[in-house]
Amino acid sequence: MPESGKAALRVRNLRKSYKDVTAVDGLDLEVSPAQCFGLLGPNGAGKTTTIEICEGLTDPDSGEVEVLGLRWSSDAVELRQKLGIQLQDTQLAEKLTVLETLRLFRSFFRQGPGTDEVIHLVQLDEKRGARVGALSGGQKQRLALACALVGDPELLFLDEPTTGLDPQARRQLWDMIEQFKAAGRTIVLTTHYMDEAERLCDRVAIMDHGKVISQGTPRELIASIGVEHVVEFSAGNTLLNLDAVRALAGVHSVRRENGSVLLQVTELHRAVPELLDELGRQGVPLTELRTHSATLEDVFVHMTGRHLRDE
Amino acid sequence: MNNHPLLQLTLMRMREFLREPEALFWAMIFPIALAAGLGIAFRNRPPEVLKVAAVTPRLTEALRQEKLLDVTQLPSQLAEQFVRTGKVALVAEPAADGSVIYRYDDTNPEGRQARMLADQAIQKAYGRQDPVAGNDRIMREPGSRYIDFLIPGLIGMGIMGNAVWGLGFAIVDARRKKLLKRIIATPMTKHYYLLSFLLWRIILLVAEVGVPLGFGAMVFGVPLRGSAAALIAISMLGALSFSALGLLVASRVRTIEAVSGLANLIMVPMWILSGVFFSSQRFPDLVQPVIKALPLTAVIDALRANMLQGAGFVQMGPQAGVLAGWLVVCFGLALRLFRWR
Repeated sequence: MPESGKAALRVRNLRKSYKDVTAVDGLDLEVSPAQCFGLLGPNGAGKTTTIEICEGLTDPDSGEVEVLGLRWSSDAVELRQKLGIQLQDTQLAEKLTVLETLRLFRSFFRQGPGTDEVIHLVQLDEKRGARVGALSGGQKQRLALACALVGDPELLFLDEPTTGLDPQARRQLWDMIEQFKAAGRTIVLTTHYMDEAERLCDRVAIMDHGKVISQGTPRELIASIGVEHVVEFSAGNTLLNLDAVRALAGVHSVRRENGSVLLQVTELHRAVPELLDELGRQGVPLTELRTHSATLEDVFVHMTGRHLRDE
Repeated sequence: MNNHPLLQLTLMRMREFLREPEALFWAMIFPIALAAGLGIAFRNRPPEVLKVAAVTPRLTEALRQEKLLDVTQLPSQLAEQFVRTGKVALVAEPAADGSVIYRYDDTNPEGRQARMLADQAIQKAYGRQDPVAGNDRIMREPGSRYIDFLIPGLIGMGIMGNAVWGLGFAIVDARRKKLLKRIIATPMTKHYYLLSFLLWRIILLVAEVGVPLGFGAMVFGVPLRGSAAALIAISMLGALSFSALGLLVASRVRTIEAVSGLANLIMVPMWILSGVFFSSQRFPDLVQPVIKALPLTAVIDALRANMLQGAGFVQMGPQAGVLAGWLVVCFGLALRLFRWR
């Protein structure tokens, strides 16, 4: 376990370009021990490049990376023993069983829990003798997590751990990650799901175009955009005077999107009745009305004008 | 030791192989089926007896002295018809001036052979004396038949194919699935991964060489005249050289299609040039040095020399040298070019 006060991961002015794209463009990060840190951003924001540089799998063009107080250039052997890594869409050997796969990965590490213990942790007890090729997507992802845990890592890197999973499988995986977190270990994960980041992460860095555009606890980030709620409504095809809506008390901003209107508001209890009154005055029929508390998604939209997931 | 990475990696190789029934078939059963089929098709037949006809009893009697002729006495017209339809290869009939007429098709080898045998038999029967007596000593020994030539060729081909495909496919597949990248994200010592392939190849070699060898020896009586130690040594050296070639083929490629193409590009010319199915001596003298420098030629020549002529370590030296050269060059290049991702 690293000493408290010393960063588990420190990244300074990191840069990495490929032929025609700048994947990481001057990135700074600091992750404290026992923290779950999330890199949140849309596809192509540079999350995977960043995490793979931290994992020692990709060399940066420039910048400094310090993992658990060690550096890849001088302490790679030592570091590998201390890290648990899950890559984005790795396919494990299909013909091996769950147990055989974990025995293989366990054999690479000096120390760590027994394979049975890890299998139990990721709830694959009943599948221990099953071939990897016969597992469901969620089970494969749990096995990949198990492979990252067999070395008893101080720091766990997870790259898009729940992408492509159904909601139930995602929740199962979240429970397991939370267990690991509860044991006082450090986690760095990437995701483009804002709900995942909000639920799992103590701190989040929002990334876009290879840069961190905002960093803090999920609460801080949401508070930083100065709105607490989002109201979304549709008024059919009727012409609507948006300026009047914009002038209502508590309304921060107004945006049209896919035939709906989105309002960012501070005081829901005042904004909603006023909106309904205004629509009544304009004689506009309301076909849909939804409200939700502001999320990290709204933070991203607020800062970039785009959504995390481009649909 | 149960948890040594090298053991676990080698077990993975073994499990992936044994759990792929097609691989087992191509590596083990196919060469045997091929050897059996070709061995039967090209087996040495006893000399064939030719059917001929004669018109008179005296000629018939004369021809019957030749054991390789099966003689029928027929009336002249019928005999001629039999020659035309190929029912007999030749008909012998007396001419008015006391000579013998042979009717046969001189474009047909059987006809020409029958002409020779028939004339010999008739001349002898009419009193010709041979100035020198000729005595036959028949040699039908194992070692000079086609199957004896073929088995070492098939063993060599198997060692090459299994090593190049085995390493090529497994590595490219693991790279494609990002399993290579995942594995080097662990503290695993990198050369263990490579070593596990070589170890598994050596284990598999026992079956790769032993099965066709045992089959040839037991079913066809293919001889094993050389030292077993030299045979094992040259097979292992061959397996290592071809593994290095497989590693080189797989060092950068990312798709199964590309590795298949590359492996075929390398192996097909050797199947043809290196004398698997027919002697490489048939190619022009000009290309012989090139053919001799190919690793498959080296393995097959050494195996043939060992099995058929009893060659030991010393006689296989040149071939061993060729293989060692390929091993060093391919392995050196592969280590330089290899990409884990």
